[in-house]
Amino acid sequence: MTAGRFGRLTDPPASFLVTDVRVIDPNDGSDVVRDLAVIDGFLADPSTASDRVERIDGRGLVAAPGFCDLHTHLREPGDDAVETVASGSRAAARGGFTTVCAMPNTEPPLDEPARLAWVLERAENASCRVRVIGAVTLGRQGEALADLGAMADAGAVGFSDDGAAVPSSRLARSALTYLRGVGRPLIEHAEDRELAAGSEMRAGPTASRLGLRGWTPSAELTIVERDIALAEETGGRLHITHISTAAALDAVRRARGRGLPVTCDVTPHHLALTDAWVAGSRRFAWEEPDDAPIDVEHSYDGLCRVNPPLASREDALALLGGLADGTIDAIATDHAPHPPERKLVPFGEAAPGMIGLETALAIGLAAVEAGHLDLARLIAALSIRPAEIINERRSLAIGQPADMVVFDPSTRAVLAADSLASASSNTPLLGVELPGAVRLTVAQGRLTFRD
Amino acid sequence: MILDAPRGTERARHILDVEGMTRDEILRLLDLADTMRSARAERTHRTLLEPETIGLAFYEGSTRTRVSFELAARALGATVVDLGVEGSSVGKGESLVDTLRTLERTGVTALVLRHASSGAPYLAARSTGMAIVNAGDGMHAHPTQALLDALTMREALGSLEGRLIAIVGDVAHSRVARSNLHSLRALGARIRVGGPPAWVAGFSGRDGVEVATSIEDALDGADAVMTLRVQLERAAGAGVPSLREYSRSWRLDERRMAHAAPGAPVLHPGPTNEGVELTSDLANGPRSLIARQVENGVPVRMAVLATVTGAA
Repeated sequence: MTAGRFGRLTDPPASFLVTDVRVIDPNDGSDVVRDLAVIDGFLADPSTASDRVERIDGRGLVAAPGFCDLHTHLREPGDDAVETVASGSRAAARGGFTTVCAMPNTEPPLDEPARLAWVLERAENASCRVRVIGAVTLGRQGEALADLGAMADAGAVGFSDDGAAVPSSRLARSALTYLRGVGRPLIEHAEDRELAAGSEMRAGPTASRLGLRGWTPSAELTIVERDIALAEETGGRLHITHISTAAALDAVRRARGRGLPVTCDVTPHHLALTDAWVAGSRRFAWEEPDDAPIDVEHSYDGLCRVNPPLASREDALALLGGLADGTIDAIATDHAPHPPERKLVPFGEAAPGMIGLETALAIGLAAVEAGHLDLARLIAALSIRPAEIINERRSLAIGQPADMVVFDPSTRAVLAADSLASASSNTPLLGVELPGAVRLTVAQGRLTFRD
Repeated sequence: MILDAPRGTERARHILDVEGMTRDEILRLLDLADTMRSARAERTHRTLLEPETIGLAFYEGSTRTRVSFELAARALGATVVDLGVEGSSVGKGESLVDTLRTLERTGVTALVLRHASSGAPYLAARSTGMAIVNAGDGMHAHPTQALLDALTMREALGSLEGRLIAIVGDVAHSRVARSNLHSLRALGARIRVGGPPAWVAGFSGRDGVEVATSIEDALDGADAVMTLRVQLERAAGAGVPSLREYSRSWRLDERRMAHAAPGAPVLHPGPTNEGVELTSDLANGPRSLIARQVENGVPVRMAVLATVTGAA
């Protein structure tokens, strides 16, 4: 079972004092070892903490603003055997997240205010804040815009037909134009459905070696370029989610160079895992690739099927560079729970997606250890930058509601299925040794996870 | 690759791919196939696989591969069960793994699997305790075809060391070509692939493989020429504008074969679309090894089945 205890947003406010903890606050770039006090759910001056407040030894630990995931699949309504608002929010809390944004590709899809309200109501006693992303088009059918303004009023923080791009240029233009008035971003899953049709993994030497149909970078680039052109014309705000190619990253970089309000996120698995994982490799992008034979235990493993597919090593390294230089704003997990029966099938038949809430920090820390990222940038990409994109603020200033994570960056553990708080365990990282462990997560002043 | 038994099983070995097979492993299988050819003619090995129950699971249509596996298994005395996919619970939504585990429980010891999805035999190998023989998976591999092709070429050319073999057609989407690349390279041959750009994509720069952009360049000096079956149903719109356009540039005929080494033989994995990949005259003429490829299918599969079951 999962070690640690979970709390909920409806619990009484927390009070504790963490001593000698390294506090990294990307709001002001500070990085100091100090005491950090939370009294009745609010950050307080440590000298005011009474002796009755629990003291936690923070030596060797890092405190940071609570993480915010822009891309989570909670699977409710429709597939509560795989994940629920409750179980997904516990996975989030264990991963250090205090906010998750639930994607609308549920059954039925979140395309009208009442359905958003249903999810938000279920989330009232969850283990993290749950925000909702509304569908762009009715039924996610790609034919007519849903009532975007009404959904924004019901709490939608952005709009996406995730799982697919808004299929027609005309509709994408309408959405961006209208959303300018609504003040929410279009969150685009950038994939040209015709170019991507039938593909099984990333095109390249590994796909050729394995005889799997290849997904080419043009599938992503054509939609990114289209949407940038439309955003520029309309003034709508565009956010590209799970960017996965160097080519699309360059397009975003050029757009931002022109001053356009285009943002993007990348998943942990597109940063660290590569298409070689489909052939059975278990080396991270920054490690020297192995030239091993196709491994019978790990090759063609449906757990490695994701959409967009795992990147080439060159693209993964380019994405790490884009994250380090700030072109990529945020790390978003695309936490996508699936049951074993949808993964224990021939590779091309496997449902795409892997869980990610409980391993995002670990993968980021592995990239930091490898020298591809600095810790402050990793924390910013997990916390304040994604939060800003949905108009949430994170602060470690005294007097603010406590919304933070405390983690041990240096402990290591082999990822085991029975340690996961998610109701699903579909990740190829099972059995892989990863750094880091969250010790405390505090959302809205409530202790939502403690280990 | 011939893999040793996974943990927890007593003896299952698999043939999933040619990639990773050593020259010695391939030569041993070819020599064993020669032995099996005699054994079949002389009816000497008729009880070799008596303890075995061999399952045939063809999730994709096949005539020559399925029939030759069945004949190979019977020639060695095995019990054969054919999972007629149409008539089984596969149509009722049962998953591949569940179906194969059921076969294993009924006593199948070795499974011959063909599947439209690349990698399906790997899933079978790690999900069951049966010995798995890959009879063709998606666009990935067709090891027994590559072995019988190598056997056929060895008969015609002697050693393949230093020989130049041309492979023409939709190489990129062909499991036959992919497996032949590995086996022929392991046996010391050089490879030249030729076809329209989309059909040879991904092969330039590979060790020991040249890419030709015209039929004349592809055939130039080749010691043997293999042309691949054009998937009629998916050719148009997937790399070539039309079959007519393909044939115009890439169909093998006697005139074009003049660019190859004198007397160079022609191979085709079958079934042929005569007039599309090669002319009828060439397919049925003296250069053609197509019939011999089919004949070699049974002894190669006898050798493979005897190997995975540990009988030889």
